[in-house]
Amino acid sequence: MIEITTTSPLHHFPGGIHPPEQKALANQTPIQRLPLAPMLYIPLRQHAGLAGDLCVEVGEQVLKGQALTRPGVDNGLPVHASTSGTIVAIQDHPLNHPSGLSGPTLYLQPDGKDQWLEHQPIADLSRVSHRDILVHLQMMGIAGLGGAGFPTARKVAGAQGIDLLIVNGVECEPYIVADDRLMREHAAEIIRGSRLLQTITAAKQVVIAVEDNKPEAIAAIEAALNEGNTSDSNLMLRVIPTRYPSGGEKQLIQVLTGQQVPANQLPADIGILVQNVGTAYAVARAIDHGEPLVERVVTITGQALTQPGTAWVPLGTPIEHVLNASGFQPSKKQRVIIGGPMMGYTVASLQVPVIKTTNCILAPTSTELAPPEHEMACIRCGACEQVCPASLLPQQLQWLAKAKDYDGLKQHHLADCIECGACAYVCPSEIPLVQYYRQAKAEIREQLIEQQKSEIARQRFEARQARLEREKEERLEKHRKAAEARKAAQAARADSGEDDPVKAALARVKAKKAAQQAAEPASESTDAPVDDKKAQVAAAVARAKARKAEREAAPAQADDDKKAQVAAAVARAKARKAEREQAEQAAAKQEQKDGEQS
Amino acid sequence: MSWFLGIIALAVLALVAGLILGFAAIRFRVESDPIVEQIDSLLPQTQCGQCGYPGCRPYAEAIANGDELNKCPPGGQATIDKLADLLGREAKPLDAAHGEEDVKKVAVIREDECIGCTKCIQACPVDAILGAARQMHTVIADECTGCDLCVEPCPVDCIDMVAVSVKPERWKWNLDQIPIQDVTHTNAAHTSAKQATNKQVQTQ
Repeated sequence: MIEITTTSPLHHFPGGIHPPEQKALANQTPIQRLPLAPMLYIPLRQHAGLAGDLCVEVGEQVLKGQALTRPGVDNGLPVHASTSGTIVAIQDHPLNHPSGLSGPTLYLQPDGKDQWLEHQPIADLSRVSHRDILVHLQMMGIAGLGGAGFPTARKVAGAQGIDLLIVNGVECEPYIVADDRLMREHAAEIIRGSRLLQTITAAKQVVIAVEDNKPEAIAAIEAALNEGNTSDSNLMLRVIPTRYPSGGEKQLIQVLTGQQVPANQLPADIGILVQNVGTAYAVARAIDHGEPLVERVVTITGQALTQPGTAWVPLGTPIEHVLNASGFQPSKKQRVIIGGPMMGYTVASLQVPVIKTTNCILAPTSTELAPPEHEMACIRCGACEQVCPASLLPQQLQWLAKAKDYDGLKQHHLADCIECGACAYVCPSEIPLVQYYRQAKAEIREQLIEQQKSEIARQRFEARQARLEREKEERLEKHRKAAEARKAAQAARADSGEDDPVKAALARVKAKKAAQQAAEPASESTDAPVDDKKAQVAAAVARAKARKAEREAAPAQADDDKKAQVAAAVARAKARKAEREQAEQAAAKQEQKDGEQS
Repeated sequence: MSWFLGIIALAVLALVAGLILGFAAIRFRVESDPIVEQIDSLLPQTQCGQCGYPGCRPYAEAIANGDELNKCPPGGQATIDKLADLLGREAKPLDAAHGEEDVKKVAVIREDECIGCTKCIQACPVDAILGAARQMHTVIADECTGCDLCVEPCPVDCIDMVAVSVKPERWKWNLDQIPIQDVTHTNAAHTSAKQATNKQVQTQ
């Protein structure tokens, strides 16, 4: 049982760093609304898991908030139209992903009206079943807005009856101020969302955690708590010391409770659920107002911008549009980073859209954030080990990753690395350590997938072999049975006194043979060809006679064709008769001979 | 007399040991060679027969009986290294006589050209082709091992081996492979996408 009070001591996680915060760049101005982009690129997949099934067609008019996909085989999240307009294309488009790959994307051309679909809020939570609330959150497309974009409904469903719900407003990464501004301006709704999440998960306590470098946000939350008179022992604000990466889920749990989430387990396994403040806000909007997740607060920052700040950006807006609206002044070899300088990634195209997980677009100048220099050899200084928040051995992991010793990496708990980048930040040799870990993790994952696939292939191969073997045996069995049946039928026929079919067949063969040896006068069975010849000669003679008769008849009765034909027919008949006679004679002789032989 | 006792003692010992061994041979009898199982689990199970054996398990048995390790192109060097590690043998480079290591592929039937002869179905070692006589056939891509065995029997040559495209969720963080683009200027992808959209708009 975890119980936290406003005075309970805070704990420490191992390691951690204090990089320059750079938050003042963007957190001085309120969250703005940028002009709508001329085209929105809405990727079908914006969260962890598979994309849903498309439910609109090219050319279709859609309203703001209309679902464009429905949960597919993976039962994932739908994506929604971020504004009203027309779907003009569905095709591959550069994805907001470190790989720079393209993926299926809906092209939405806004009509400028920004017309909402009718909202369907849940008026009274107590009158709706728990399952329906989760389905509502899923259909509103709510994903974790802090990091990986895990579907919130699923995360909440796996954390029922927990002890502690932590609403994460720590935002420890340099430059990023989206949650800071959201807390300053929408504290009441964040608290409302926290309450809703508490109701849904039946959590005993809720703690909103904020780093002490955000005094305005802290003040706003406190004011909202006092104003609504909702401050009780179940919902409290805890201010934690600033240290990167205290906003990491496992690190924050350790700071607040002193407990560690065991390896390969989830916070829910120790009775804790962590949700980002942005997610809490989105949950409040989805339940109280029926608004699906169609926009989010994005930090637009970096010294290559003249007007850095934060903005409500409709999902699908290309980052080029967002940057240009903020006074983008690119230099040569300008880098644009999605996320912060510690965990973010450089994009390959400025046409990639803002998606549910995009909390920051960073356009630094080359003096502000130096591009990665050439990697040097590890000098074994051990600085990385001092800062690792997961108590791993980054140096050792690096050697193992370079040697592709995946078993060794598993033994050294690579899976527990949160890829925070603290080790790479302090490395004097500028080794991109996290990059090595990510590649090794991807390789391990790939090997696992391949292993599973090969196991399936082996099973299918063996099943096929077994089937072929079975079919062969069945065929043999069928043949054997058919042969038995034939034998039985034969025996039955023999018993009932019918002619033996074998004997009958033999007799037929004999008769045929005899016919072949037509007109055979000789008694010797060896001169059959000679007999044949004789018969042929006789036939030929008969035919010649017939022809002669024809010829003779023709001149005599040339005027009477009929008579001539009759005569010819008679002659032919005679010839045939002669032939037949010869044949019969031969057959009789043959039979006689056969009789003698037998 | 002592030498006689010695012989008796040794004979009795030998008899007892023999009985124990004989009992163990029957009681702890192993049905199949476990090393074959281990080798088989390392092979990629494409069942392609490029090694010259009719499937992965026969090759695993052959390896256990002393055949070379380097006859499996789908497994590639990684499999050879693992086999060498398991068997304590020397890892050799892949034997080019059996083929070369290639990217992972999957069979795709050009369905409008398929005549429904079922020959590919009979050739597929993992039953990954679906269809019936005189009906169109199709490949279950997730089950296809990319073994190539269906390509040869097809009388109308309507089966292609297509390289499996990388999906973002299975991308291996090869940052070097991302083409470097100058993002400050309108890039090619952008213009082509814009053109495509304009076309779509115009057609409507």
